[in-house]
Amino acid sequence: MNLPPIIAALRKHKAGVVLIALQIALTLAIVCNAIFIIYSRVENVQRPTGMDESNLLLVEQQWVGAPSGDDAASIQKQDSMLREDLAALRAMPGVSSVTPINTIPLLNSTWGGAVALKPGTDLRGGDARTVFYYGDDQVLATLGVHLVAGRNFNAGDVTNKAFRDNSEPDVVIITKALADKLFPKGDALGKGIYLNGDTKPSTIIGEVERLQVSSNSSWVSAFTWNSTIGPVRLNSNFARYAIRTKPGQLDTVRRGVSNLLYRVNPMRVIDDEDGVRSFADIRAEAYRADVGMAVLMGVVCLILLAVTAAGIVGLTSFWVGQRHRQIGVRRALGARKIDILHYFQLENLLIAGVGAVIGIGLAIGLNLLLIQNFEMDRMPVVYVLSGLVVVMVLGQAAVFVPARRASNVPPVVATRSA
Amino acid sequence: MFGYYLDLAVRSLRRSKVLTALMVLAVALGIGACMTTLTVLHVLSGDPLPGRSGSLYFPQLDPRDTVGYVPGIEPPEQLTWIDGMNLLRAKRATHQALMTGGMVPLQPAQTNLDPFHANGRYTTADFFPMFGVPFHYGSGWSSAEDDSKARVVVISTALNDKLFGGQNSVGKTLRLQEADFRVIGVLGDWRPDPHFYDLNMGAYADYEEVYLPLSTSRDLHMEHDGSVDCWGDGGGEQAKLEQSTCTWMQFWVQLDTPASVADYRSFLQHYAEDQHASGRFARPPTMRLRNVPQWLEYKQVVPSDTRLQAWLAMGFLLVCLINTVGLMLAKFMRRAGELGVRRALGASRRALFGQLLLESGVVGFVGGVLGLLLALLGLWLVRQQPSDYAKLAHMDSAMLLTTFAIAVLATMLAGLLPAWRACHIAPALQLKA
Repeated sequence: MNLPPIIAALRKHKAGVVLIALQIALTLAIVCNAIFIIYSRVENVQRPTGMDESNLLLVEQQWVGAPSGDDAASIQKQDSMLREDLAALRAMPGVSSVTPINTIPLLNSTWGGAVALKPGTDLRGGDARTVFYYGDDQVLATLGVHLVAGRNFNAGDVTNKAFRDNSEPDVVIITKALADKLFPKGDALGKGIYLNGDTKPSTIIGEVERLQVSSNSSWVSAFTWNSTIGPVRLNSNFARYAIRTKPGQLDTVRRGVSNLLYRVNPMRVIDDEDGVRSFADIRAEAYRADVGMAVLMGVVCLILLAVTAAGIVGLTSFWVGQRHRQIGVRRALGARKIDILHYFQLENLLIAGVGAVIGIGLAIGLNLLLIQNFEMDRMPVVYVLSGLVVVMVLGQAAVFVPARRASNVPPVVATRSA
Repeated sequence: MFGYYLDLAVRSLRRSKVLTALMVLAVALGIGACMTTLTVLHVLSGDPLPGRSGSLYFPQLDPRDTVGYVPGIEPPEQLTWIDGMNLLRAKRATHQALMTGGMVPLQPAQTNLDPFHANGRYTTADFFPMFGVPFHYGSGWSSAEDDSKARVVVISTALNDKLFGGQNSVGKTLRLQEADFRVIGVLGDWRPDPHFYDLNMGAYADYEEVYLPLSTSRDLHMEHDGSVDCWGDGGGEQAKLEQSTCTWMQFWVQLDTPASVADYRSFLQHYAEDQHASGRFARPPTMRLRNVPQWLEYKQVVPSDTRLQAWLAMGFLLVCLINTVGLMLAKFMRRAGELGVRRALGASRRALFGQLLLESGVVGFVGGVLGLLLALLGLWLVRQQPSDYAKLAHMDSAMLLTTFAIAVLATMLAGLLPAWRACHIAPALQLKA
């Protein structure tokens, strides 16, 4: 098959050719960027937090009429109320362990801070940023994180302090990611680190394999795995409890836990909707926007491809109709059906090819724009290439129906006047 | 003539149903997607206080220590108690209000209601006249109540409905934080979106239910919620927030003329210089004075996902329109014979052009109607989302008209090239065949 006659024929349909090429170019640019967005969102959503996420509940509650001051008497009163709740929860059937906790992964309520190797260096001068989790000696068991080095907290490590007291714990357990960042030689155990510009060191007594920070917004992306756990009960007029239930007991415990707490002390508020949540709910809530965006992008891509395909079918059908007689003449002169089919397929390949080349440029340009305005990453070449394949295949699939119709034009048409 | 062309257009469109349906569908999908996202964007970037927001300003100062200082760094987004009080007492603006927020424990007198936490705003008196807050019953308080730490409270309509069955509750007693407060006002319908005066509580979050004097809230040690940003040895302890080196207050001023804005700017600059000279501000004196639109822009209140979706939808509409141009071209050129006959019978090119453009306008109109339905469906889907702005996603009449205008104009624009090409066909060539 010779290209020159095809190109010569296309010159007669400049407007249509330009339109199809442009449409393919734009479709390619939008589709491969959209697929890249889908991929980055899905990748985010699928990463594990490092906890055993099943059989985990979070209870949030607030006492009414509890002392709200930061003086020693108020703090001790708040702490005794907290311990009363803990004892009741631990005695509840179906519960395997409970810890008070300030926040948990993906809750988007964050105790952020800094870790430094020298005393008195705060957030801006520190060696790493981190997010703090505070619980008691059951915190690792309740969250279901794996200790890979050192020891767990014991009851003697646990202290209590006011919610806004900024003194730091004597001992901490940190994630392996944070330990490796601070001590690249792997000798973090037993070393002292300075939290939030403190002048007194906190000793690293253990390392956990992996624990995501409590936020999934973009501002934590640089330190997603840098978590620090302190053995501290935070006292305030509200408290959160993480509860690990025995397998299969999640729903039973979930239903009973509010009533249990009200029986311990009725003067409290537990939100009917958000007061008791399973970790699955928290995860779904945290990633809802990402999942929504991915679905939207997917739908838009599909419709876009369908619209483009419809456009190709429409214009090619028109060309086939227009060239009805010429096709007849070619057939009468000896062209086989397959030659006619190939003619239209090759023609489409040519137009789509030109469109795709322009589209690659547009796709990269669009990606640069998104990087500039929407904190997006650079798109790997593989997305552009797969987008290219998709639009070329789409073009061939769309052109097949009209091209088949063209190949079925009988040679006798040549003998009739139009 | 218009009626005749319309008739011709409808006839011609009905002749090739599939092609017409494809065009209408492409326009409808493009318009539907575009208008859904644009409506959400329009709602989210709306003016919280139309007519007022341009003259409401948010002064910012930088009282932090030198740790982490780089030239040109933006000052903190709130004020310390000391600076807030100094600016408040200076009374350099038409109105000024110092405020912060918190959850207030509320013990209803009704036994059938459990105690709950009400979303509260602690503010000075000018909050109400400055923001033009409407009252259903009663009124706000004056600076006398601020000074005397009076136990007075203004409540929202929703809370009034819940506690007092919507009756005039002015003069009734409300028990907050173990203290009796006298209700002096019930707000009318007031919900500026976004929640511009304190974005820390969520830009499209629920509104406050109780409003009470700032001095009273500090007097009763009411819980402060929201952002507290401390430096140096500032601890952020509730009871010591007045003395600590922490920013946690919002301060708004009303400045009505450009001259008063310039005056206030120089007053702020002088204040910062004085504080620097006295040693309280360690950093070189700096200040910002943004009005509401500038403040919302600076804080990037509109979620970036929403903007991304709007751009995506516009790209989508563009592809749909290019598609429509192609299909329209095919459709018009296919009718070359018919158009040739009309030309030969004396129709001018202009007339033909007008006729074809009208035909594309009809496609645009039908596509617009369908697109509007799709947009309403899209907005309904958005409202099913749990995000706090979802419930705001409604189409107003301005957006409704815009939808139609965009649909018809865009399709007619798309019809320009095909119509121009079609009416330049030589009639003789068509008649000969």
